[in-house]
This record gives sequence, structure tokens and C-alpha cells, in this order.
Amino acid sequence: MLERTETASQLTEIAGVRLDLIKRGTGRPLLLLHPAIGIKPTDQVISRLAQSFTVIAPAHPGFGRSDLPRGMTTVDDLAYFYLDFMDALDLQDLVVAGISFGAWIAAEIAIKSTGRISHLVLADAVGIKLGDREHRDIVDIFTTKQSEVDQLAYHDPNIAAVDHGAITDDEAQIMFRNRETTALFAWSPYMFDPKLAGRLHRIRVPTLVLWGESDRITLPDYGRAYAGLIAGARFELIEKAGHYPHLERPDLFSQKIADFVSPGGTR
Amino acid sequence: MKIYSFTEQSYPDAWLKDAESLRVNLPNRLCDPDVASRLYNRYLDEWMLADDLGLNIIVNEHHATATCMSASVHLTLAILARQTKRARLLGLGTPIANRNDPLRVAEEMSIIDVISRGRLEMGFIKGVPYEIVPSNARPVRVMDRFWEAHDLILKAMTTHDGPFSWEGEYFQYRSVNIWPRPYQQPHPPVWSSSSSLGSARALGARGHIVATVMTGYRAKTVFDEYRKGWKEAGRPQPTPLDRLAYMGFVAVGRSEAEGLRRAELVKSYLETNTRVAEPYKNPPGFMAASDAAKLFQRVGWRGPAHQMTTKDGKPLGSAAQASVAATIAGGLMFAGTPEQVYEQVVDFYQAIGGFGHFLMMTQAGHMDHKDTVESMTLFAQEVMPRLAEFHASAQLAA
Repeated sequence: MLERTETASQLTEIAGVRLDLIKRGTGRPLLLLHPAIGIKPTDQVISRLAQSFTVIAPAHPGFGRSDLPRGMTTVDDLAYFYLDFMDALDLQDLVVAGISFGAWIAAEIAIKSTGRISHLVLADAVGIKLGDREHRDIVDIFTTKQSEVDQLAYHDPNIAAVDHGAITDDEAQIMFRNRETTALFAWSPYMFDPKLAGRLHRIRVPTLVLWGESDRITLPDYGRAYAGLIAGARFELIEKAGHYPHLERPDLFSQKIADFVSPGGTR
Repeated sequence: MKIYSFTEQSYPDAWLKDAESLRVNLPNRLCDPDVASRLYNRYLDEWMLADDLGLNIIVNEHHATATCMSASVHLTLAILARQTKRARLLGLGTPIANRNDPLRVAEEMSIIDVISRGRLEMGFIKGVPYEIVPSNARPVRVMDRFWEAHDLILKAMTTHDGPFSWEGEYFQYRSVNIWPRPYQQPHPPVWSSSSSLGSARALGARGHIVATVMTGYRAKTVFDEYRKGWKEAGRPQPTPLDRLAYMGFVAVGRSEAEGLRRAELVKSYLETNTRVAEPYKNPPGFMAASDAAKLFQRVGWRGPAHQMTTKDGKPLGSAAQASVAATIAGGLMFAGTPEQVYEQVVDFYQAIGGFGHFLMMTQAGHMDHKDTVESMTLFAQEVMPRLAEFHASAQLAA
């Protein structure tokens, strides 16, 4: 079968929601759940993963050009939506891989049901609270200057900067839509679900927790603790990467997932 | 025309020249409680003077800032409800979308109205973007929360037969039955501030009073949007002027030089509006995403800047760095001798099609008590009576 190469995303209705969907590659399915900054068809990680998987990479409801149903206001809502999504596409033996906000969604999905899921990958995940009431685990992106957020989030912040004079109208619209939807879902409690840490024990599929070594939005120790709450989860650092290892080290990121999912890979 | 005197009750000694941000994250170690106490009491004295002079009073609310120490508009209004005799007491306003408990707003507003024997003018506002952060209210869908709070407050004030329940999207109460009920029936007049065209129209539809703050000649567009909303709600009569309010700066002197010197002092307020740290300027969702995107493409992370124009639409630049003369030309400032101030107000009034309430910032920043008292007194004694006459004849002519 010839590999079909999509260079753009398609608008398509799934489980009652019109979604901005990237689909690429052949092989077993991998549901890629993007971080709050969104996903682009040109992100190299998609093509890399597409060498081993049928990559299904929607923009979450409210992100990209995906519609946002009025009643969806929590990450819990997104998790239920994705369970419906998996049912609608009849996905089986699915690898679910999420980064940051996308990993939070992935965890919320997995605590509910892993019937269709074979492996879980959480990269630089947010979503749980570990510190006490006077200590935050996650840098507050809503009150931190953007240039400083970039420094904390990237091993090489130069790739992050957005030139406001150069971006297209569409790119700007999507960027600010993504920011607004993130605030809708994650404003307060900030970037976590108070219940999630107590529910992670329900995840019973092989789980890989990947973390950029230079991540200063969520520190590697936060990631280790997160992994520690999931039975049998493996924790691996990715060097020369920050909060978005899928962007900074797409080859290594993809290879680690492919290895993890291959027979014998979870041992 | 009703005229209201305003100060933000600032702590100007903390307006450090090198502070990037005067709001949200300026440490309160810079607030000496002794100095603050003297300032609060002085500002209250100036409002007592307003009452004696026959002026009305407007109070506002801000949080975590050296530009305005009034962290609760209700508290200032409560003090003035007891201590003043005649003045209308306008709160502009309570940021009802940022408060967790609109029932509490209904109760406190009712108490103020009763103690003042029906002098409360009740302003509900969206608030400024940066104060989403101290309140921690979610910046997305603020206006949905605003209108639900607004509806709950008005229902609480107008229901007299015992408790009702409320299970809304944002607020839940099992038993609402406020004591006291407000003095004014059915409830105190409702105001909101608006420079955004969308909300002006919504206010017109409801018939509330719209105040536009230092928008200069753009005020005409805001009032015209209000009129559309007023008419679309099915009202046959044209919008009465008492639905329209404008806020500007006022500085009066016995000579032009003295008036302009006072104008320089009161204008300092404009410089503080832009001194907000980047992340607080425009929290995601506070402004429509499509507008925020276009703004970003124009100015990056800097956030919106208030641009002025002359009466004829010629650009005058940003208000923040403007000279006194530019702010006068832009319709933000009314300053000079009483005669000059009168002419400027009348000129502006005619250019934008009239308004029924004039809100004047008579004190800001380092403007001291003596200058404030003299400016207010000159205005009340030598400008206000002439404006009353002018307004009355303008309405007759209409």
C-alpha cells in the first residue's frame, strides 16, 4: 500500500465535533495529543512517527480550527470526548501519546478506560499537584513574560520566538485561539486536576513517561513523581530538550516511542 | 446635567520612575500604612467637600496597585453613605464577574442605598484586564459570568416574597432573600462603563446608564451604539441623555497658567495605565481571541494603547505620553480658567451629541489637597451653574 502523505490538516466531523485533523502514515494507530501551543502539519515529529504508526493528530476541541462545544470547559470533558472519538473511529490497540497539556488529557482518558489502549506515553505532563498549598509545581505561564516562558520551556529558546510582524493572519488567529482555550481549561486550579494524582493508580497499561532534561516549566523530579504514581511506568530523560521534546528532538522522541511499543519494548 | 467628582485614591509616592509595573506585582512594602491612612482620610475629606459644594460623587475600585487604593468600592460608598447628605453616590464600579458572590454585592449595595436614603447609583463593570490576576477569576467568558451575576443581583433586589433558588452556570444559591431591600424602587439605577461597542449596545438594550471613560471623540461612537441597542429593544422614544455619561479630567485655576499647572498634575493618571507588566496587560480570553491576534500582529506583547484624535479625527497620538494641550484637543482634559473649562465642556458636549452625566477626575497622583480643593471649588461655583443652564436650554432646543 502506498503511503499517503498529507501536508495539511483536514476539517472532519468525529463524535459530533468538527475537528482540525492531521492523519499520516501506516501501521497501528497512534493518537498524538498536542500541548497547549498546538500542533502544525509541518511539525517533523509527525512524519517521524508516521514511519511506524498511523498518526492521528487532531487539534483538541477549541484549538487550531477545531470547534469547541459550548459545554466543554474541563480537561475531564476533553477526556470523555476522546473516548467517544476512539469509539467513533473504532480504534483498537491504540498508542496514546500526549505532550504537556495533551499528556494531562491522556492521563485523564487512561484513568477512565484503557479498553482500546495498548500503551500510554506521557511527555512533560502537567495535570497533578504535588506541592503544598504555598508551592506551585508548574510555572504560571499566564503571569510570566513570554520571553521568560520561552527560556524555561526550551533547551534552545531561539526556536520559540514568534515574530509578531512576520506571522500570517491565520497563524496569529490560531495562536490566540489556542491561548484562550488553554485559559478556559486550565486557569484555576492552575494546570492541574486536584483528583488526578489519586486516580493514576487506575492506569494499567504499559506507560512511558518522557521528560526533557532542560524542562523548567515542569521539572524532571515532578515527572519522576508522576511516573511513580503509575504502576510499572518507565521514566526516561531526553537530553537537549525542554518542555517540548517532540519539537526539539523529534527523531529521538519518535524512536523512544517506537522502541517502547515494539515487542519486548516495555520490559 | 449631573456632575460627579472623582479621585482614584492613589498612593503616588510609590509611583517609582523605574518600576516597570505599578500594578499587580508592585510590592506593598512600598505602602506605608501611616501615609496610606492620611491619604484615604484626605480623599474622603475631598468627597465631603464635593457634597458641600453640590457636586455628586463617583468612586471606583482597583486591586493590588499603587494607582488606586480603593480595593472595595462598597467600603468607600458605605463611609460616604453615612457621612454625606446630598450627593448621588456612584460606584463605577463593582467588578461583578470577578467577585465569587453576587449575592453579597446585592446585600451590600442595598445597605448603602438604605443608609444614604436612596442616593446610590450602582455601577457594575467588567473590570480592567490586569485585575483578573489578583481576583483569579477566569478571564475566558467573563461577560457570561458578568450577566449571570447582574441578573442574580437585580432579581435579589426586586424579589420581596421570600427566598428563591438559583442554580446557574456560574453561581448557585439555595435561598436568596436579602435584608434589607434597597431604598430606591425597583432598584438603584444601574450603570456600566464601556468603550467596547459590543457592550454599549447590550447596555442600551437593557436601558442601563453607559459611562465611557476618557474615550475623547470616540465617545460619540459608543453612545451611537448604545442608541442602537436602546431602539432595537423596542423603545419608541429616543435615548434620553440621562442614559449617557462621560468621564474626563478637570483642572480649574484662577488663571490659565494655574489651571494648566493643575492639569499637568491630574494628567499623571494617564501615565500609569501603561505601566503594567507584560503578562498582565491582556490575559487570554479577556479580549476576543481574533482581536487579540490582530493587536499582537500590530504591537507584539505590548498590549493596547489608547490613541486620541481631535474633534475632526486627526490623530493626536497615545494618551499616555500626551501633553496637556493634546489631552484638551483630544477631549480628555478640560482645563484652564472657569470660562475656558466651561467653553471646552460645551464644545465637547456639542461635538459628541450631548450627555446627561459628566464624571470628572479632579485629583490624581501628586496633586495636593490645596490644589484639589481650589479646583473643585472653582468648578462648583463658577462652571457648574453655567453648565446647568446650558444643559437645560440644550435639552429644550432638542
